Amino acid sequence: MAAYIARRIGQALLVIWLAYTLVFLAVQLLPNDPVTIFLSADAAANPETIAAMKAQYGYDQPLLIQYFSQLAGLFRGDFGYSLASGQPVAERIGAVAGSTLVLASSAFVTAVVFAVLLVASATLARRTWLKRLIINLPPLFAAVPVFWLGLVLLQLLSIQLGVMSLFPDGSFASIAVPVLVLAVHVSAPIAQVLLKSVDNVYAQPFVDVLRAKGASPSWIFFRHTLKNAAAPAMTISGITVGTLLAGSVITETVFARSGLGQVVLQSVTAQDVALVQGLVLITATAFVVVNLVVDLLYPLLDPRILKSGTHGAPRALVA
Amino acid sequence: MSTIDSAPTLLDIRGLSIQYGTGDESVIAADHLDIALKTGEIVALVGESGSGKSTLAKAIIGLLPESAKVLGGTIDLAGDNLLNHSAKELEAIRGRRIGMVPQDPGASLDPVKTVGSQVSEVFRLHPQGRKRTKAELRREVLRLLELVGIDRPEQRLGQYPHELSGGLKQRVLIAIAFALEPELLIADEPTSALDVTVQQTVLEVFTKLARELGTAVIFVTHDLAVATDIADRIVVMQHGRIREDRPVREILHAPEDAYTQMLLTEATATGKGAQTTGPEGAIEMPAIEVRGLTKIYGNGKAERAAVDNVSFAVRPGTTFSLVGESGSGKSTTARMIMRLLEPSAGTVKIHGQDVTHVRGAGKRDLWRSLQLVYQNPDSALDPRYSVSRIISEPLENYKVGSRNERKIRVAELLDAVNLPSRMASLGAKELSGGQRQRVAIARALALGAKTLVLDEALSALDVLTQAQILALLEDLQVNQGLSYLFISHDLHVVERISHDVGVMRQGTLVEVGPASQVFGNPSSEYTKLLLDSNPGQLLREMANR
Amino acid sequence: MSIKLEEPLTKVAVQQSAPAGTLAPVEIVPSSKKKSGALSSPVFWLTCAPLIMVLGWALVPSLFSGLDPISGVPAEKFQAPGFAHWFGTDHLGRDVFARVVHGTSQTLLTAGLAVTIGLVAGTGLGLLAATAGRAADAVTMRLIDVLLAVPGFLVSLIIVTAFAPGPISLGIGVGIASIASFARVVRSEVLRVRSLDYVEAAFMNGGTYWSVVFKHILPNSCGPVLALLAVDLGVAILAISGLGFLGFGSPPPTPEWGLLISEGRQYLASAWWLTTLPGVVIVVVVILLAGLGRQLHKIFRF
Repeated sequence: MAAYIARRIGQALLVIWLAYTLVFLAVQLLPNDPVTIFLSADAAANPETIAAMKAQYGYDQPLLIQYFSQLAGLFRGDFGYSLASGQPVAERIGAVAGSTLVLASSAFVTAVVFAVLLVASATLARRTWLKRLIINLPPLFAAVPVFWLGLVLLQLLSIQLGVMSLFPDGSFASIAVPVLVLAVHVSAPIAQVLLKSVDNVYAQPFVDVLRAKGASPSWIFFRHTLKNAAAPAMTISGITVGTLLAGSVITETVFARSGLGQVVLQSVTAQDVALVQGLVLITATAFVVVNLVVDLLYPLLDPRILKSGTHGAPRALVA
Repeated sequence: MSTIDSAPTLLDIRGLSIQYGTGDESVIAADHLDIALKTGEIVALVGESGSGKSTLAKAIIGLLPESAKVLGGTIDLAGDNLLNHSAKELEAIRGRRIGMVPQDPGASLDPVKTVGSQVSEVFRLHPQGRKRTKAELRREVLRLLELVGIDRPEQRLGQYPHELSGGLKQRVLIAIAFALEPELLIADEPTSALDVTVQQTVLEVFTKLARELGTAVIFVTHDLAVATDIADRIVVMQHGRIREDRPVREILHAPEDAYTQMLLTEATATGKGAQTTGPEGAIEMPAIEVRGLTKIYGNGKAERAAVDNVSFAVRPGTTFSLVGESGSGKSTTARMIMRLLEPSAGTVKIHGQDVTHVRGAGKRDLWRSLQLVYQNPDSALDPRYSVSRIISEPLENYKVGSRNERKIRVAELLDAVNLPSRMASLGAKELSGGQRQRVAIARALALGAKTLVLDEALSALDVLTQAQILALLEDLQVNQGLSYLFISHDLHVVERISHDVGVMRQGTLVEVGPASQVFGNPSSEYTKLLLDSNPGQLLREMANR
Repeated sequence: MSIKLEEPLTKVAVQQSAPAGTLAPVEIVPSSKKKSGALSSPVFWLTCAPLIMVLGWALVPSLFSGLDPISGVPAEKFQAPGFAHWFGTDHLGRDVFARVVHGTSQTLLTAGLAVTIGLVAGTGLGLLAATAGRAADAVTMRLIDVLLAVPGFLVSLIIVTAFAPGPISLGIGVGIASIASFARVVRSEVLRVRSLDYVEAAFMNGGTYWSVVFKHILPNSCGPVLALLAVDLGVAILAISGLGFLGFGSPPPTPEWGLLISEGRQYLASAWWLTTLPGVVIVVVVILLAGLGRQLHKIFRF
């Protein structure tokens, strides 16, 4: 067990370090340094201003020094500085992350619950047509653009029916609708993977043995199938962290909510590479941490993992 | 047996017809079946794959897949037609009045639940009016585990299935099946996935319990030998029909049906070892000769010899068989001889040439004279290729002959393995298992290989198909002077085909000798155990008479 | 779960008097199996036909809509959908259907660029992981983890920030994001096929490394990759329209699908069709691509 945990944590650190290095290299590969890019739109910028700003943010240092000092910063929770505002990236993002975190995490929980309910009803449905209908929902959800669904709901609920306001006013609908829009999008891959993995479980002989014992379909599904099928669905849930972020930015834009979305849009418009770089690193870290938690949860689901040292279910994406 | 004769009828199936699929693709899997079972009677359903025996078994316990449709007939359990019951009512019957022992113990227990919880689940599913406390459940489970002969039952309760051997898992499944002492048990090939020595002990436990508890059993098997060992009555099935349904003794002594006779002939056919010792001339250069062959996996503490100092020789024009249970190292030996695996120590000589260290071009040369035939005909041929392309592939790779000459050679080879020439254009996917195996043999012979390694090459085939391929192999040996290294776990087949036999256990060769000697007068204890465990006591008695 | 219904291989005539030991003539099993049934199935063509039409929109848009997508007829602004304008008209009196049709090439080109990048780089990485030994596999798998850890959305953002917003930046960003899924599918498929007996047999029949890779391994592992190609094209279209909606794609007045919806947003209250109908087109195309992926998976499953 200890070896398993140590190996997973080691891998997580490795991925964070690799991600950092790749992003650093990518920024170096840009035709210009972040300061020059940032000031390129500014007609008043002269070489002295550029040089001064470079010195201020350490972009005049030798590459290796930059690499290691930024890497060291990473361990202190220092993700660099926004060129536009001069604030530390962590501070700039921390100020608005709360609202996004609420949106993303409620959407995530809703999505997981929704996916499980969907798969349960597809599995336990008696009528074939109903089963078919439910099975086809996840591909539909996966095909619906988040922004479009948001706009259509806005148009329907606030303009046609007048049950919610166009802008966030703290009412239940103004929170629930964005969460729902994001959840629909995020639940699609989870439901698809869970459906497939449940199918695989039903193809195994032990399900026949359970039937022969006299177990009912719902007994088999909730007491046996779900636990057996959970690992791949958990993997994909961990991977949706990225989707959640992109979805949150778009949802916030559609529903005019404040949050990370605004920062992202501003940083791109201002060509603030340093801020985007910091954002990427924070997201990557969050992603790795969430997936580490998922990895550490596997052995609770499937005792075979600790023995073999590999996942009972391979990490497989949709399709 | 006289008590059974007077026992009341428990199960009465009449006119049962079952169809898979619909329209053009439909297949009748059961065709007006009539079969009856008395209380406490053990009946074996014997047949090859596709005979409908599993369909019948699944229909009785109500576990037919969705694609199956019951066209007509009745299944009466103690006068009560099961086909009239709702799904809910059937759930109350399954596990309580009808139990099941499945085919593959490896995958038949939920891998993420403990053994204890899976046994006690039966009691929780069928409280039968009284709710048991945790302690009561625990006692019941322990009693059951002891009943099926599981050692250290206390410790097993908290273990997961992957921590148990195949034999133990099957014992757990038997415990589950007998837990509520059902009137009827369906056992669907319950031991076909187990090694022969394990099979015997599991079968003993199973039949003992059934006899003690007076449970009627439908025992589905492809193995006539197993059927004769445990059943009171044998029902032979083919193509969804019952060919013969009679008590064991009668069917053995006077089979009436032609198909039954064929199965019986196959099951009792004895080896060539008794008749001939193969071509004389021990001075000749051996086709395969291995000395001190060793394969070690892992290092340090985890070091484990999969093959340990194995030496033997295959005389040219004869068949040498390596027999052993799973994990005995026989396939590893074969792969080292094929040079698909590096030996850790020892030498391999093929037709007198030391090939232990050949690589690259040397291997390519080796494979012109030494070829392998795989166990699984499904994966041995590229599914996208046609038969002729498969057989001519080695010719193309070695640039043998012109296009036309290759075509002629393919026709020759098809003829040699008794496949009609019009099959050349068929895709590999369109062939049956036996036909694929013939194509694989033709491919192996394409470049004129003189020695074939047959790695469980018959194991995936039905009995009669096995017999055909065996005959083909014998034919080819006589006509082309081929030498075979035959790897198998099936003592019956080995006895039939071999001139010489080597018995392997846990990586070592425990006995080598002429087939007649190894089978007639084994010198090692393990070989004796293997032979004793080999099912078909009655059959052998009959054959020897 | 289902019983293995093998073809009756034991049709060896029972009446045959020959003892079973001798060779009975082999019967030909009538090939009852569906022979690549999917290609002739109506579902496959029902999926393909609309997609081919959409491809037509991209190649020769004027064939499908004679109206000008860029300059409108101001007198006809904000017309609801009808016979004259299937998808209605916008604030400048431009035909929305024409804009959707003419925007197709922009969206498809960007998505195509993205998928090409994903396919080429992903296949390369996957092959490397599956064939070049343990060390290469471990390194590649970690690299794939990194690609997964950095959301494609952000990759696109870095590129858009550093260069100018536009279709090329978008395509590259979205493409990099799809490398990981291609790499994983290629790797697992190649590993699966490589372990099959016929591949080993091909070596023993004198095949060289590359001849076996090209004759047996790649053709037999292409099915899931083709399927992913179709699905991923849909995913890329979604990602690109999302980024286009945020304003990171082609600048107006180019009619790109995401941008169309974004522009319609200002008139949400008065003209619902400006956002709703182009969105329906995206949904339908993405669903059809996912369906095509499933069909391809079935057809090329060996």
